[in-house]
Amino acid sequence: MQKSENIIEIEHISHSFGDKTVLDDINLTIGKGEFVTILGPSGCGKTTLMRLIAGFLKASEGKIYIAGSDMTKTPPHRRPVNTVFQKYALFPHLNVFNNIAFGLNLKKLPSTEIKKKVMQVLKIVTMTDYEERDVDSLSGGQQQRVAIARAIVNEPEVLLLDEPLAALDLKMRKDMQMEIKAMHKKLGITFMYVTHDQEEALTLSDTIVVMSEGKIQQIGTPTEIYNEPINSFVADFIGESNILNGTMIDDNLVEFIGHKFECVDKGFGKNVPVDVVLRPEDIYIFEMSDAAKFSGQVTSSIFKGVHYEMMVTTPEGFEIMIQDYHHFDVGKTVGLRIKPADIHVMKKERLCNTFEGTIVDKSHIRFLGHTFKCPTASQFAHGSKVNVNVDFRDVILQDNEEDGMLPGIVSFILYKGDHYHLTVLTEEDENIFIDTNDIWDDGDRIGITISPEAIKIINL
Amino acid sequence: MTKKFLASSYLGLLLVILYAPILIIVIFSFTEAKVLGNWTGFSMKLYTSLFQGGIHHSLTSALWNTLIIGLVAASVSTILGTMAAIGIYNLQPRPRKAIQLVNSIPILNPDIITAISLFLLFVSLGISQGYTTVILAHITFCTPYVVLSVLPRLRRMNENLYEAALDLGATPFLALRKIMLPELKPGMISGFILAFTLSIDDFVVTLFTIGNEGLETLSTYIYADARKGGLTPELRPLSAIIFITVLVLLLVINQRAAKKKL
Repeated sequence: MQKSENIIEIEHISHSFGDKTVLDDINLTIGKGEFVTILGPSGCGKTTLMRLIAGFLKASEGKIYIAGSDMTKTPPHRRPVNTVFQKYALFPHLNVFNNIAFGLNLKKLPSTEIKKKVMQVLKIVTMTDYEERDVDSLSGGQQQRVAIARAIVNEPEVLLLDEPLAALDLKMRKDMQMEIKAMHKKLGITFMYVTHDQEEALTLSDTIVVMSEGKIQQIGTPTEIYNEPINSFVADFIGESNILNGTMIDDNLVEFIGHKFECVDKGFGKNVPVDVVLRPEDIYIFEMSDAAKFSGQVTSSIFKGVHYEMMVTTPEGFEIMIQDYHHFDVGKTVGLRIKPADIHVMKKERLCNTFEGTIVDKSHIRFLGHTFKCPTASQFAHGSKVNVNVDFRDVILQDNEEDGMLPGIVSFILYKGDHYHLTVLTEEDENIFIDTNDIWDDGDRIGITISPEAIKIINL
Repeated sequence: MTKKFLASSYLGLLLVILYAPILIIVIFSFTEAKVLGNWTGFSMKLYTSLFQGGIHHSLTSALWNTLIIGLVAASVSTILGTMAAIGIYNLQPRPRKAIQLVNSIPILNPDIITAISLFLLFVSLGISQGYTTVILAHITFCTPYVVLSVLPRLRRMNENLYEAALDLGATPFLALRKIMLPELKPGMISGFILAFTLSIDDFVVTLFTIGNEGLETLSTYIYADARKGGLTPELRPLSAIIFITVLVLLLVINQRAAKKKL
């Protein structure tokens, strides 16, 4: 096999705890010497992926190659990787020196060599003269340095870092980010960094792997991920963004918020519904003049240190977030324009909800674990398997779980400028997507109702 | 002012009532009188005759039996209890709760029930009663206490310590020996001391499992002696020594507990 360029190859890895799937068919290759960040919200499976690579968990399915050999079933102490844990996990009964020397002592190296190596890494993490200290007497940042030293002294092929800076305060975190980046350069080994902090990921990485719900959403360089997000989840998760519904009228021409814009995207076809991403810093805002492509009224303006963050409402009723160094008064009408290159067009992942269903009788159909009334069911044979389409707008949400036909939990909210696009998780672990003007919160428990007329049956 | 005086004298009175019997035994261990309550002048004779053996051979052998049983039972239950605690800690929440309940049943169970059930078990298995059965019985009721003193230590421990050791190249056995055991040592020592004192102290379970081959521990010896009419005077210095020993052990445990809180 080849495998010389790539230090880690993950093939079709799936993992589940009980009947809950946390990783779903993950494929990933990491090059030698790369700084790779696994980025995603909590519960997306990123820590599980890291624990599989470290060997603390055994994958339910798939293969993991490290440094060219199959290590799917290798126990952690025989893998050429070392881990820096989120809560440091220093050995409290050993001092700094013995913590760092732990791995070397196990290898039975001569004590003079151990001493030399420990002193070397202490210098790298700028903790010289601390070797006799008790680890409990160190500050959080110092403990983190010792944890890193303890891992890199073993000269691993890959250093795994599991949210190593999460427990530090902001200023300390920024300093440590720079130090970790410098260390990566100096050591030349592969770093695999797990975090939920998008800014940290953008600052540190050569490659970012964005994960959500056990799946890889996008792999790319920080600029690719930021400028060319592949779907609305990535666009929303990385940085601030305006995500709007649009229509690709033709190559290089897209319509959204009631206007047609020139853009640089092509190959979507004609009159295709798309998602449009606008970064708030990419929209030009100025005193109303002829240069304006469209206009809007400032509804709020907040000073954010370097820039102002303003919400602008267009006459067509769309709300857009804009960041600019200049301040415009609330209530003022302003001119707006966007450069073609700053309009990012994404293919829509779906245009409506699609569920698998079964015809129960002439007027009923069963899907999502519930039997719905549906007059058009009579056109299909009893018991046949069909697909069911329901428009985003046709799903009705109710405050009380009991009022709906089935209960659900709001799991993801996306603001689309003039409405919200919600993802609702049902008890059967299926996602329902809903467009609504009402404001809901993440985690709200709601009742879901679908009227008989909204159910469109499609023969398979 | 009077209120404070009343409160402290009430506490004083309570302590006197609680400790009077022990104090009387300690005081009268320093005199020769055969009957408790007669002061015939200060003397260390009871202490010397206690350790001379000879006439009191059965008392000293009972003392030795008690110590050996206590040490063996405490050592074995410390090992078993620590292993059990590590196992319980690593279970999923639901089975963990279930096992912890199972673990606390022997503690809450009346001694007499434990005694009778062990007695019946040994009889039905045909194990001849003696040293082995007493030690087995003591291990049975001591182990849950060790589990209870090691578990909090595990809960306080960083959950990644064991994994960190594996990650740095330690085999599971080395990770246990070099990282887990040093971390759990304080809990294990408290558990050992607790198990040891429980074993020395036990009467009911011992009585039911000791058999009739002439094996005696302190508690069964004293019981038999008292029923024969009149306690041997040497029991007074012996009680005094045990009391002081337990007091010292208790102080050690408390000191450790106080240090842990810091």
